[in-house]
Amino acid sequence: MNSKIPLILLSLGLASLLLGAGLGLLITNQILHPDFLKDMIAFNRLRPLHVSSEIGWIILTVIAGVYTYVAQTHNLKWRFPWMTRLHFFLLVFSAIFILFSYISGRMGGREYLTFHPLISIPIILGWLVFGIHYFSTLRAAKSKWPVYFWMWGTGIAFMIFHLCEAHLWLLPYFRSYFIRDITVQWKSYGSFFGSWNMLIYGTAIFLMAKIKNDEQVATGKMAFFFYFLGLTNLMFGWAHHTYLIPTKPWVRGIAYAISMTEWIVFIYMIMDWVRSLRAEEKQSFSHSFSFLKATDFWVFLNLFMALLMSIPTIHFYTHGTYITVAHSMGTTIGINTSILLASSVFLVSRLHSGQQLQSNRLISNGFWVFNCSFLVFWLNLIISGILKAKMHSQAPVMPFAVMQAELNPLMILFFVAGCGILVGLMMIVFPLFPVLVRNIKKSEYI
Amino acid sequence: MNLRHRRYRRVLVTLLSVFGIYNCLVYTDGTPSPRMPASAVRGEVLWQENNCVACHQLYGLGGYMGPDLTNIISAPGKGAEYAKAFLNSGIKSMPQFSFDEVEREHIIQFLTAVDQTGYYPNNGAKFTRFGWLELEYKESKELF
Repeated sequence: MNSKIPLILLSLGLASLLLGAGLGLLITNQILHPDFLKDMIAFNRLRPLHVSSEIGWIILTVIAGVYTYVAQTHNLKWRFPWMTRLHFFLLVFSAIFILFSYISGRMGGREYLTFHPLISIPIILGWLVFGIHYFSTLRAAKSKWPVYFWMWGTGIAFMIFHLCEAHLWLLPYFRSYFIRDITVQWKSYGSFFGSWNMLIYGTAIFLMAKIKNDEQVATGKMAFFFYFLGLTNLMFGWAHHTYLIPTKPWVRGIAYAISMTEWIVFIYMIMDWVRSLRAEEKQSFSHSFSFLKATDFWVFLNLFMALLMSIPTIHFYTHGTYITVAHSMGTTIGINTSILLASSVFLVSRLHSGQQLQSNRLISNGFWVFNCSFLVFWLNLIISGILKAKMHSQAPVMPFAVMQAELNPLMILFFVAGCGILVGLMMIVFPLFPVLVRNIKKSEYI
Repeated sequence: MNLRHRRYRRVLVTLLSVFGIYNCLVYTDGTPSPRMPASAVRGEVLWQENNCVACHQLYGLGGYMGPDLTNIISAPGKGAEYAKAFLNSGIKSMPQFSFDEVEREHIIQFLTAVDQTGYYPNNGAKFTRFGWLELEYKESKELF
């Protein structure tokens, strides 16, 4: 490790995770008590702050991992250190502008990209710089690329595409036609989730290969088969978000056919890897292994749910209910956060020269607190979703406020489980900070 | 680059080419929609600037703090005046907005334009074989 920047990015990512989880609790409290903080920061500003913090956690941590892991494999060295610095400053400026956008109330008002659209310029520039630097560095790789290099490259390229497509609404051709606008908006989010999944799953496969000490995991035919299947889903499987928008039936039909395959991809790879892993290898990176094992569990649950939700007749009932939230939380927290925590612990363990971290027990306990709380949280969302779907179909004219009041007891449990998630995350993340800070201090500045 | 990787590159180029054609079709043929009047477009700008989607949904997409507004204009017992009354009300978790009369009219025009595009929930949809759903289209059905 000869650069401060990936370590700073990882530290910021971990801080962003905790901030996002804390803001999530405030949001739940606003659902329970609508007047809570309403005059200071109403829900229309608090929610994007929470969402952006969690997106920040994912993006910063995955970028930190890519910067570190590329430099640690195939004897590669990042080609232009000034580009890493430029990328870092663009990320920091973007984060400051986003914060300012929410606080000042100058928003773009699009789901997930709620900040002012001008802020997308430094964000896109950042991805362009990262992409140019990534591909120019990887050209020096003498051996054939393992699948995670393909996945990271694809993730970066499609992130740029997604950000451009997500701003087509600025053109009158899209803006003046509502169905076209909302469909293309959600199509671009399909690429967004697909891109970050490429980046995260690439990280997971890298970790599997390193923990198992077998590059075959990342170079075999099967790995590439699943990569291409994942890419096909990224490109064509997005429309299950928009089944109920009146587009042409072929748009939805293609998505239905493609989306049925998506989750089988990843579960096969992880299961295959776990089966072939020998016991002593699991011990070397026990925390990282535990998180990847947890990912396995969450993939199973979410696979089942995603497959059901992608069937249009079932989607008809689940869409617009808390079941959709359970699906997005299941993937964002259960799967993605587990993989990124595995990556964070793996990276910090390496900084610690492979020695066990001092707060080993705290992290182990945190792992269980986090996962058990999240299970309650997730099940609670599903039950709330089922109840809402039932109320919708039995009493379609029931006022929204009455429906929401019926769900209040579950929302209290939701809040309690959210507290458990935050506590679990703190137990996992806090022991990592001292090691990171120590190493940031002694690393070179590039 | 060995033979296998050359093959991977060919698969990638093929997928990207199909994706390019597919995008063009989605942007044109796949998403027919009536054109919104200028006032509705202005209303959408206000909708976005105030991040209404944080709480409300259109076609079930958005936040869950408030009700879905896709068909608020045509819903029995609701309508334009009903929706307008809520805009500056600040009730419950709704922020205390201060839209003037013109702005409120623009937002209503936007919601009216959205309402004309279809139904949500699509209660007239037909469940067919293999889990498929045939949507009921609204006034713009001649576009399909």
